[in-house]
Formats: sequence, C-alpha cells, structure tokens
Amino acid sequence: MNACPENVIYLMDDYLDGDISPSDEQLFKEHLENCPDCRKQYQELSKTIAFVQSASHIQAPSDFVQKTMGRLPKERQRAGVQRWFRRHPMLAAAALFCILMSAALMSNFNDDQHFSFTKQPNLVVEGQTVIVPEGQTIVGDLTVRNGDLRVEGELQGDVTIVNGQYMASSGVITGEIEEIDKAFEWLWYTIKNGFKDAAAIFDTDGSQTTE
Amino acid sequence: MDALVNKRIAKVLKGDQNAFAEIVELYQHQLYQICYRMLGNKQEAEDIAQEAFMRAYVNIHTFDQKRKFSTWLYRIATNLCIDRIRKKKPDYHLDAEVRGTEGLNMYSEIANNDELPEEELMRMEVQERVQYEISRLPDKYRAAIVLKYIEELPLAEISEILDLPLGTVKTRIHRGREALRKQLSNL
Repeated sequence: MNACPENVIYLMDDYLDGDISPSDEQLFKEHLENCPDCRKQYQELSKTIAFVQSASHIQAPSDFVQKTMGRLPKERQRAGVQRWFRRHPMLAAAALFCILMSAALMSNFNDDQHFSFTKQPNLVVEGQTVIVPEGQTIVGDLTVRNGDLRVEGELQGDVTIVNGQYMASSGVITGEIEEIDKAFEWLWYTIKNGFKDAAAIFDTDGSQTTE
Repeated sequence: MDALVNKRIAKVLKGDQNAFAEIVELYQHQLYQICYRMLGNKQEAEDIAQEAFMRAYVNIHTFDQKRKFSTWLYRIATNLCIDRIRKKKPDYHLDAEVRGTEGLNMYSEIANNDELPEEELMRMEVQERVQYEISRLPDKYRAAIVLKYIEELPLAEISEILDLPLGTVKTRIHRGREALRKQLSNL
C-alpha cells in the first residue's frame, strides 16, 4: 500500500459510506484495478460490513411491552393535578376558597334550623309565627328564620324570611320583602350580607339579632 | 409513521398510559436490538431498553414533536448504554457469577481488550463471533457502528442521536470498521 496515493483511503471510506461523487468513484475504481493491496483491503472491509449486517436481527422478549409498562411510574393522575395547580395558582386558590366557603356556609345553613327573629319591641310571637300586631308601628328591618311572619300593623323597613312564609295580610310594609328557602339562595344571601356587614361598619346600624 | 406516533404522544401527554404501550410496541425490537448490540448481554439489554422507555415516558413533555421520535428515543438508549458500559468496568467483582447464566463469571462478560484464545474463537458461530467483536470495540465506535450497520440509519440521523458533528460520526464509523476488519480477518 506504500505506493498508493494518500487520498485513496479517504476515497475508500467515502465509497463504503455510499457518499462519493461519480468522478471520485471512477478514480477509486481505477485504482483498485491496479492495486492488489487496496483491493484486498476493500474486500476485507466489505466482508466485515456484510458480517456485521448479517448479525441476525434479534427481537425483544415477548413480555417486553408488559414488563416495560409495569416499570412506568403510576402516579400519573396526581402528577397531572399537581401540574395544573402549578400552572394556575390563582385559579387553584380561588377554587379552594370557594370549596371551603361553601362548606362553611352550608353547615351554617343546616345548623340554623331553630326558630329566631330580629328582636324588636311590640312583636308578638305565636308558635312559629311572628306577628306585627294591629295598630303597632315597627321601625327597622326584620329577619325571621324558620318561622312565618304576619304583619297586621305597619313595618317601616325590609323583611327577610328564611325557611318560612310571609302571610299576606292587611298590614303595611314600606321596605322590600325577601323570602329565602333554598340552600343556594341562602348562600347568596349570606355572601350579599357579608358585603352589607362590611359596609355597615362605617355607618352604625342599631338592629340586633337574637338567636 | 411520525404523525401516528405524535398522535400517541398527544394522548400520553393527556395521561393516557395505554397510548404509551402502543409506542413501546412500535419501537421495542429496534431499541432492544441497539441495547443488545451495544452491551452484548440479553438481560442487560432488556433492563436498559426498559429503562430507556421509562425515561422517555417520564420526560415525554420535553420531546419536540417537530423532530423524529425514534431519534430522541435512540439517543436516550445509547446514552444509557454508554453509561452502563463505563460504569460496568470498575463496579463489578469479576469472580461473581452472572445472574441467570451457568458458570459464567464477569470475566466472560467484560468485553474489552482481553482476547479469547484462538481455538475458542474458532468454535464460535459467525453471529456470536460478530457480536463478540462488536462488543470489543471502544464504546464510542461501537455506538456508531451499531447505528450505521445494524439499524442502518442515515449518517445525519446518527449524528443527531450521538449529538456529534457529521465528520466525527464518519471518523468513528471508519475507525470502527477498520478495527472490526482486523479483528475479523481470520474469519
């Protein structure tokens, strides 16, 4: 091989890589014709490649897929939830807040099954019914829980009835009447009231609630 | 093929583990083959191939779907194989018997420059002999040779899998080829 030009080895590599220009290929083939050493080298390399390629294609064991799946981490579901939390921290906080709030309010709603009403002078109570007697005037708002309201006199203020009924009668109410008897409405009412209470800190309101 | 795989990957990203089983199904033989040719040992090949799939699954969100999935997967596997080959040498007690084999100790597993006696080489089947000679190659040549001649991948793809410039890949294939020619010259 001593007499061979330096670049023949590169030509041979390119040729074996299948990455050779037609003119170089011509050159290489001509050289092979005349050079037994290079020819031998080329044949051995080709044989080597053929041997390597003939290494029979082996297959993975038949239980390979099953075993692989068995090795995968299982907590995919939890990871998904965690990723969601990480991506939407505000939404996650809001959702958590809503869940806790509604839980607290709902339990409140269920606890408040006993009869109660806003304490005002002159109110008459008959069983589960609060009565504004005829000829009396009550100033201020009135809330009745788990009971009914009958107005025979005059009420200057708003009325709220939770889990009860306003019984139409001859009386006069100057404010609004609101009846609440579903959990959802109770929830809404409490939230609304929360804001009102917050506002009430700034202007003093005299009405009290007895439970 | 790529569109098919990407559809599966989208499902896996949504948390559908069964879609990944279909991906494993598609690539299991090629991946196992790469690992087996690199490591020259069936148990290790199975272990590393499974490990590669596991890592692909865990890191699937980092895969860029504009690229070829097989390239990404083979890259994980070849890296794991090379790590294993490098770790293997000092880590093991050579006298310890290899699990699942009869009478084979680590001397027979460690495939490097220690040549087997001539008559033993002659008794080997051609297939066995070729595998033995491949596993005697330095690991960097071995990866290039396996990808080129056993997986028959184009050079550009090999360069991406091994994260090496095209020229370096060529050099490694040429040197690996030449080393194999010498090793196999008496066959």
